[in-house]
Amino acid sequence: MLGQRLTFRHGVHPPELKGLTEAENIRRMPFPDEVVLPLSQHTGAPAKLIVKEGDKVERGDKIAVSDGFISSPVHASASGTVAAVELWPHPLGDYQTAVRIAVEKYSAQVPRPRIVPEWEGLSPKGIVQAVQDAGVVGLGGAAFPTHVKLSPPEDAKIDTVIINGCECEPYLTTDHHIMSEYPERVHLGIRIMMKALGVDRVMIGIEKNKPDAIEAIRATLPTDINVTVHPLTVKYPQGAEKMLIEALLGREVPSGKLPMNVGVVVQNVGSAATIAEVFETGLPLIERIVTVTGRGVKEPANLIVPVGTKVRELIEACGGMTDDAHEIVFGGPMMGAPQASLDVPVLKGTTGVLVLSKDETRRQESYSCIRCGYCLDACPVFLNPQLLGKIAIAGRYEDAEDHHIWDCMLCGCCSYVCPSNIPLSQLFAVTRTALRRAKAKSAA
Amino acid sequence: MSEPRFLVTASPHLKGPATTPTIMWNVVGSLVPIIAASGYFFGVGALLVVASATFGALLTEVVFGAKGSLVDGSAAITGLLLGLTLPPSFPLWMSFLGGIFAIGVGKLIFGGLGQNTFNPALLGRAFLQAAFPLAITTWPVATGSFWDLYPGQLSLPLMSAQVDAVTAATPLGLMKFDGVATGTRELFMGTIGGSAGETSAIIIIVCGLYLALRNFLNWRIPVSIFISVAVLSQFIHMISDSYPTPQFMLFAGGLMLGAWYMATDMVTSPVTNKACWIFGAGVGALIVIIRLWGGLPEGVMYAILLMNALVPYLNQWTQPKVFGTQVSEAAS
Repeated sequence: MLGQRLTFRHGVHPPELKGLTEAENIRRMPFPDEVVLPLSQHTGAPAKLIVKEGDKVERGDKIAVSDGFISSPVHASASGTVAAVELWPHPLGDYQTAVRIAVEKYSAQVPRPRIVPEWEGLSPKGIVQAVQDAGVVGLGGAAFPTHVKLSPPEDAKIDTVIINGCECEPYLTTDHHIMSEYPERVHLGIRIMMKALGVDRVMIGIEKNKPDAIEAIRATLPTDINVTVHPLTVKYPQGAEKMLIEALLGREVPSGKLPMNVGVVVQNVGSAATIAEVFETGLPLIERIVTVTGRGVKEPANLIVPVGTKVRELIEACGGMTDDAHEIVFGGPMMGAPQASLDVPVLKGTTGVLVLSKDETRRQESYSCIRCGYCLDACPVFLNPQLLGKIAIAGRYEDAEDHHIWDCMLCGCCSYVCPSNIPLSQLFAVTRTALRRAKAKSAA
Repeated sequence: MSEPRFLVTASPHLKGPATTPTIMWNVVGSLVPIIAASGYFFGVGALLVVASATFGALLTEVVFGAKGSLVDGSAAITGLLLGLTLPPSFPLWMSFLGGIFAIGVGKLIFGGLGQNTFNPALLGRAFLQAAFPLAITTWPVATGSFWDLYPGQLSLPLMSAQVDAVTAATPLGLMKFDGVATGTRELFMGTIGGSAGETSAIIIIVCGLYLALRNFLNWRIPVSIFISVAVLSQFIHMISDSYPTPQFMLFAGGLMLGAWYMATDMVTSPVTNKACWIFGAGVGALIVIIRLWGGLPEGVMYAILLMNALVPYLNQWTQPKVFGTQVSEAAS
């Protein structure tokens, strides 16, 4: 094993820029005056509302229930009164139905005792049910409901759980600090997942640029279960599921398939820690750790944030914005979504909030494609972004399908390296939206 | 306090260091030592040939190109490279005309930057070769002093230049028509007759390596050309001693300049690495065939132009295999 470099082929090396918050220990932010909880905070069907305007809710109370299997409930992240249920700016860029809760002032915010049961006495199915009831979703960004990943179909033989501690996005230090500050929680989460899945092998992949996290996880490694730590080459997008599986196991997830097709379940370290946390505290997923960073914010920090906190209050808790704050991004800089309003709330899947200064958002001139081939050498799934880009610009969306547009992960490597500054990943996102619409139309 | 307005742009919000102008101007910069060497060996006449070709290219880009397109630096590269492929005694008006043709017909009528199929500098040279076959094959003996012009260089357009210069054969010409081989050492250092940029192989290699190290050219193309030329000519040399050695083939004529600077032009070379290997091998093979059995002593220009025409097909044949499409599900 010595000297072996665990990684994938292609990819890029963006500047890490994690220095702003790397040394900031996780701290708790004060409760905001209002929390806004959209019913759709996860991949899948939005939750179904069960409260109405004027209802009093306690911290941890369910305010919306799952609507189907691929869905997740939403819980009140603070005690207070439902002020309104209305359309509200959503981090995805549109307006979606959200529950506004006026947070009770002077409340101790003491939660109800144990909403989530103890895990030791539960059957694997019981654990999955409890995880679903606690509203746990993937905390790495995509917010895929965790209970779905924990209940693979009968014919899928899962032999390995991979814990994703790569955090390959620049700027972000959320997962880093979860691992270095709460390693036992990560291990407890792993133990619970192993029971739920009936899997006896777990691999933790961590990029080498987080030596203290690797050290902390190693130092607390349980000896009674088969868990191993694997330092990985620092390269973007090392934390993409398919890339991580290739690096650790050498297995290639077939095009259009899921990790479970190669016997693997991948969970983010934050999700593992959250699973442990909900069983430990008995509270559902109502708060998460968010990196607030960028040169546009005065005191960058790693904060414990009640889900539903508006960016405005989040940034205020970090000393406010600098005068040259210019762009706000939810998530990392490679795949994150820009925000137009300070009213958007932090969701369960919000890994970080970047407040970029004017200097960090320098705009570049675009040129014609000069066929340099850089994008082909960068694409981790071996697409031909140069050709796909031309197809997208020409609006020949159907042709894009022949060139594997659906295998694109929108990781942004091609746009990052493009010397002509062609917005390739944006073009691919547009292409996919157009194709989805066309399909919906022809189905209707 | 009024609500601040934020920039909303699509991800990624970070950008790699290389931009198209960076690449282009780095190529221009890397040509400076080569041009300087050409001035050293051939005097000011060679510099004027390069300058007038570049002037023709830049002027055409300014007049007919897209607004501000001069900034991207590609027109400068075309002009400089064209100048370097011409004899140092070439009449300046012809060189100027070549620059106009290279940008106008070689690039702009295709739609400007990134749209052309053929290397514009080589297309300009092909045009000059067809239009002025005598002038372009007249190789001067270097003038005694740096400041002496070659006779006929300043002749007016369409006034036939007196070809009374003392001429010297190029190593390739000597080889082809007289069967005389020039030593590798002379070829390497550049004390030979030839085009402005066909002198010192060592300088071109160093400048090319700089670009390769910064990833501003695909190293697979020159390497593939060298391998293909070396292997083929070694094979032919082994059959009959009357054919030149691989060393001679590699270091004589425009091969170095062509392999490092012309064949690697990003726009007209393949995008996939596999296709770059094939492209280079094809260029190398065509060079050997044209040099040994063609009517001309030099074949680099036509070899590259012919392979340029194949680039779209090479790209199509070598599309990358998408992740996860090569695994059978049974194996998983």
